[in-house]
Amino acid sequence: MNPPMNAPMNPVPTLDIQGLHITLPGTARPVLDGVDLHVAAGETVALVGESGSGKTLTSRSALNLLPPGAVVDGAVRVSGQDVLTMNADQLRAVRTSTVAMIFQDPRAALNPLRRIGDFLTESVTLTRSMGQADATARATELLQAVGLDDSALHKYPGQVSGGMLQRVMIAAALMGDPVLLLADEPTTALDVTTQAEVIALLAELRERFGTGLLFVTHDLDLAAAISDRVYVMYAGRIVESGPAEVLFAQPRHPYTSALLASTPRLDAPQGRLAAIDGQPPDLRQELHGCPFAARCPLATEICDQQIPEALPAPGLPHHQAACHHTDRLEGSPVDA
Amino acid sequence: MTAVLTRRPGLSKIRTARSPLFLVCFGFVALVTAAALLATWVVPYDPNTVDLGNALAGPTPEHLLGVDAAGRDTLSRLLLGARTSLLGPLGVVVFSTLAGVAVGMTAAWRGGWLDSVLSRSTELVFAFPGMLLAILIISIHGEGLLAPVIALSIAYLPYVSRLTRSLVLAERERPYVSAYQVQGHSALQICLRHILPNIAPVVLAQSTINFGYALMDLASLSFLGLGVPALTPDWGRMVFDGQTAIQHGYPLSAILPCVLIVLTVVAFNVVGERWADRVARRDR
Amino acid sequence: MSFLRFAARRVAEMAATLLAASFVVFGAMYLAPGSPAGFLLSGRSASPEAVAAIKAQYHLDDPFFVRYLSWLGDVVQGDFGRSITYRTDVSRLLADRLPITLLLVAMALVVVAVIGLLLGCIGAVRGGATDSTILVGTTFAVGTPSFVAAVLLQGLFAVKLGWFPSSGAGDGFGDMLWHLTLPALALALYLIGLLARVTRSAMLEALDSEHVTVARSRGVPERQVVYRHVLRNSLGTILTTGGLIISTLLVCTILVETAFSIGGIGQLLELATTTKDFPTVQAISLIIVALFMTVNLIVDLLLPLVDPRITLGSRSTSV
Repeated sequence: MNPPMNAPMNPVPTLDIQGLHITLPGTARPVLDGVDLHVAAGETVALVGESGSGKTLTSRSALNLLPPGAVVDGAVRVSGQDVLTMNADQLRAVRTSTVAMIFQDPRAALNPLRRIGDFLTESVTLTRSMGQADATARATELLQAVGLDDSALHKYPGQVSGGMLQRVMIAAALMGDPVLLLADEPTTALDVTTQAEVIALLAELRERFGTGLLFVTHDLDLAAAISDRVYVMYAGRIVESGPAEVLFAQPRHPYTSALLASTPRLDAPQGRLAAIDGQPPDLRQELHGCPFAARCPLATEICDQQIPEALPAPGLPHHQAACHHTDRLEGSPVDA
Repeated sequence: MTAVLTRRPGLSKIRTARSPLFLVCFGFVALVTAAALLATWVVPYDPNTVDLGNALAGPTPEHLLGVDAAGRDTLSRLLLGARTSLLGPLGVVVFSTLAGVAVGMTAAWRGGWLDSVLSRSTELVFAFPGMLLAILIISIHGEGLLAPVIALSIAYLPYVSRLTRSLVLAERERPYVSAYQVQGHSALQICLRHILPNIAPVVLAQSTINFGYALMDLASLSFLGLGVPALTPDWGRMVFDGQTAIQHGYPLSAILPCVLIVLTVVAFNVVGERWADRVARRDR
Repeated sequence: MSFLRFAARRVAEMAATLLAASFVVFGAMYLAPGSPAGFLLSGRSASPEAVAAIKAQYHLDDPFFVRYLSWLGDVVQGDFGRSITYRTDVSRLLADRLPITLLLVAMALVVVAVIGLLLGCIGAVRGGATDSTILVGTTFAVGTPSFVAAVLLQGLFAVKLGWFPSSGAGDGFGDMLWHLTLPALALALYLIGLLARVTRSAMLEALDSEHVTVARSRGVPERQVVYRHVLRNSLGTILTTGGLIISTLLVCTILVETAFSIGGIGQLLELATTTKDFPTVQAISLIIVALFMTVNLIVDLLLPLVDPRITLGSRSTSV
């Protein structure tokens, strides 16, 4: 059984990101500005945010998979070792057997000119961590685990459906028996019925293989359904984090509550859907205060001048929010 | 050396805005054009004045770039040569562009059997490299500038017509065309007054690229002695004339036109490619 | 679509185009002013026998289509008629001269393939200053007509430095290779530039695709990423330039063989053109067009092996 999340943690978390700053060429402020995030062994963590908030970059940093020209500061430790300072061989070892990523669009993620079997086995055979025969055996086993049979091994990606390809992608991620899975909006490119299947499969496999999972999504309901803990990201910063049920029941950051208010719900009372006014801040523009200030109903002068620090809620050390006015939110979600 | 790819790939890096290479190339195109236009007035000597006593002399204050095997002033021949060397490709480009646009537009607008016939003949012309078609026609009509220009115009026509066809097909789908049709404008009117201006930049970019290829093909024919008549100053012809001099160790009169050919083709290619690139970016 | 149906369609298409091309090559002489016999014999002493031979060869007394079909029938059997200049069978002339041209073209092809692919790969993978240098170099290469390359190489390496012979084809295989080195390089230069650019841009496009990032994220070594995902996916684009490369090589032998006085079919075509030896021009034109189409056909048939999507039916262009 995996350790429950509030128990004294495994001293070495599977993923531990500390103070991660990433600056890309041509931007006035860092794309990631002091991200702290950790995933304990076997834990499922959701990273929620709008597109462009930096959630994909955060998850890719766990593989040191950064765009060219990125200037990085901070630490990204996988099982205690900083992937940002690794040499090529160490990094390759991490990528083959410690951390694996499930990408958004399986059609784009698989080379259309190579067979599926080749895709499944290439990572482990080319790094010589497994022989060809063992690799094929494991691939067959994993294909069965994701509900496909071994005839898929000889097919080209163009011959199977998108949902099946995402299953292949998941099987491929499990090939090296990783301790951490990164799933970057793994269902966005799929149709609705397939989405549910893939999510169920992912949850089942995570349990069966005992891997940690960092689930990147823009879908709050999905995050609530699948994860133990949630990080909410806005403009390159973690604005709120905490246990899933607490965070959604009692958001402590106006952005989270605005997000919740803008999610359509069947069980909600009648009323208009509250869209968040305005746009996320432009990357070409420097920020001196809270990134959400311009769109925030609670914003005051201090919000434009001082960056709020992440502070725990009274009595709930794991529920943190970075807001100057978090006390004014206490108790109920705001009506935006 | 026919126009091979509709867009030659891979120049994006040196084509970036205000790149020095582009500016140099643009300046060179302007310079060569100016030389061709003003040659008659600025040449120091008659290009065909033979001075055998002075043959193959190197650069002197009187003959800045030396003289060729017949004692003719190289600088004067280069300047006047710019005229024929640019006029030929210009003819090819103008004719192939006009005819290509007409053919492509008709094929796209009328569709049906006409379109299939035109597409099939395009494929047929593609099978004949421009130079080969020119040689076939020269072998019938004899040497001269006209036959190669016509032959190359035909060889380059499909590149323009195929491009025009696809552009017009795309343009036809746009709402303004049906709006004009509803208002009772004739097909010809819509094509000439509304579609043509919209597709012109792309077609002209293609034609600029074709210019460099046509220059290479025509210079090649002149080098074979199949292009311009013997006494006409022309860069390709000058290389042909200078071959014997090279064998005897006096390369200047042949190397200079070689250099000019390469620089001019490169300059036109870089300018045309950049233009094509800008047009493509604007379309996106 | 099964491969056989795909192949059958391609072969039929090629046969149709080739037939049309032969019609163009045959019909071209009717563009000449005056009677065909007069044109074919222009400038030469028209002995009654010569006139009779020409009339027999082109069946000039028959209606146009009968003439064309008879001529085509002869051509298919390898009979291209008699050369007016050389007073011998064109097929004999070709048999004498084709081998040297094919050797020259083969040498140039090897140079083009090796150097062109290498430069394209290095440029795409290395980037930076290496790439810029290669780009500028290939820009000049594709702006250099083969005859300019021939004249410059000849002037430098044959006349000035004396490392290579400046003309002729040599005797014996080794000597021939030595004689053909400069011509092959002159022939190759333009196409090296072309192939390097095609390779470079195809590889850059492939490098940009998501599946390359995915392969890297899974720890596939960079060399293997380039080999299995980038180069492999560029192969189709590179292959499609094959027909163009062959036809450009053949056409440019006219220039290079003339510059280096090599007695191949290129030089023969140049001589035949200046002497209005039309049967010879016809034969060589047909051979060049047919070779171009054959190579294109082979490329088309190879493409499904390189890109399974082609016979799978969905012909998406994204790599």
